[in-house]
Amino acid sequence: MTKNAKIILPRRRLLKLAGASAGALLLGGCDALNKNKDVRNILSSAETLHKRAQRLIMDRNALAREFGESDMSPHFRMNGSITGDTAEYKRHLAEHFANWKLRVDGMVARPAAYSLAQLMAMPSREQITRHDCVEGWSAIGKWRGPQLGPILDRSRLLPAARYIIFHCADRFGPDPYYESIDLIDAYHPQTILAWGMNGEILPTGHGAPIRLRTERQLGYKQAKFIMRIEATDDYNKFGKGKGGYWEDVADYAWYAGI
Amino acid sequence: MPIDKPKPAPVRHPLSVRLWHWTNAAALLILLMSGLMIFNAHPRLYWGQFGANADPAWLEIGDEDGRGYVQLGERRFDTTGVLGVYQGADGSQKTHAFPYWATIPSEYSLADARLWHLAFAWIFSLGLSVYMLAGLWRGHIRARLHITREQWAPRFIWQDVKDHLRLRFPKGNEAHDYNILQKFSYIAVIFLLLPLMILTGLTMSPAMNAAWPWLLDIFGGRQSARSLHFLISFALTAFFMLHMVMLLLAGPVPHIRAMITGRLARRNDL
Repeated sequence: MTKNAKIILPRRRLLKLAGASAGALLLGGCDALNKNKDVRNILSSAETLHKRAQRLIMDRNALAREFGESDMSPHFRMNGSITGDTAEYKRHLAEHFANWKLRVDGMVARPAAYSLAQLMAMPSREQITRHDCVEGWSAIGKWRGPQLGPILDRSRLLPAARYIIFHCADRFGPDPYYESIDLIDAYHPQTILAWGMNGEILPTGHGAPIRLRTERQLGYKQAKFIMRIEATDDYNKFGKGKGGYWEDVADYAWYAGI
Repeated sequence: MPIDKPKPAPVRHPLSVRLWHWTNAAALLILLMSGLMIFNAHPRLYWGQFGANADPAWLEIGDEDGRGYVQLGERRFDTTGVLGVYQGADGSQKTHAFPYWATIPSEYSLADARLWHLAFAWIFSLGLSVYMLAGLWRGHIRARLHITREQWAPRFIWQDVKDHLRLRFPKGNEAHDYNILQKFSYIAVIFLLLPLMILTGLTMSPAMNAAWPWLLDIFGGRQSARSLHFLISFALTAFFMLHMVMLLLAGPVPHIRAMITGRLARRNDL
């Protein structure tokens, strides 16, 4: 018995050691690759593939699923910033956005500014859609607001304009939140500037006075507390150049259709 | 007098199968580990169209008062040390669902895990598609995985089950043809589980829901698809473990060699 134990023990130890070193090698290797810039660039190129492939098989105006009242989440969780952080925003919030105006400018022929009352008086679209967080959870809510397309048309986009930037009033530390979408999503029928949610005025925690709904992308594209909409030829000019706050800070993909 | 050259052993695995097997093995490992990190971002699973923190989860991995747990419906299991609460690589206590040694990357990063997961999803999906098309076109799948009428006989299946339970496996070139249980499991993995992983994965994409709305209907919603994606990944992990056990029992050296060189037996074995 002692003889057997002698033989088994070192072998077990050896196996354990081999297993542990193989594991460490694999983990270390993966982490090293994960930090390698070239590897990251190759992996990131899949993002372009996602966008091209999805756009190829999807009609430009293909609609996200719209649900019925009975399908709505009983509780729609708030996430990201739950209020705007600038002094200007706090003033507007205290005034119930009576003097707030949404600016539309950048690469447009006619810059414009709309009060909340003007936005609410525009023809609006109501849609019960699913909000998908990049983390994995989903909530279904009812959104109401004017479509973005006609608002952009009123300001007449210049031919060079290719992206729409949403400047927001929330801050994570020093950096302002912003997001960007291309013109295909900007002119999608379900892309609205929501001022209403679940039959009420959009609550502060969900992005009052208006938030973007662009229903074929993930939650971080749904900019809240929007103060200004800017048309541009290239989103690289904003923030750290990746087209949005989370894209800049955490390296999330700009195209969030997947 | 001329010396007879030994005849080469028959080809067990054609090159396309060998290439796919190893590419697929690597891709699945990376997909599993990066998938576990993605799960860590929201370690709760639901059935239906929606599901978030306030909604009932059928599975949750979490931590409470320094103890890790897995909650399955009403039942809670203490998993401290492995799931929910574990010791990190630096020795400090961490609170994520799956520990660092099971995830890519090992430090929490949803963005990086998505980078790996979504890139290797292409390698996995394209690899499977090419393998299936090549296998059907060249008749390889029919030749190796088609279950013959003789094999469907209950007596035959029972014999195969008994052989497996007695750990009696054909050796050398007798092992050239897959047995019925082997065919069942390979067919289930290749034509059911792997395609389901692709489809449930696509169902989680909001753009794919607009492009192919039927995805939501066949799986009963995005959160159901997410739950199925998770469950099937564990079914595939179970297949992998069984695959390893069978490999060890059947003789790892000739079988691994066959999946590399294509031939089960060396010339001088014949």
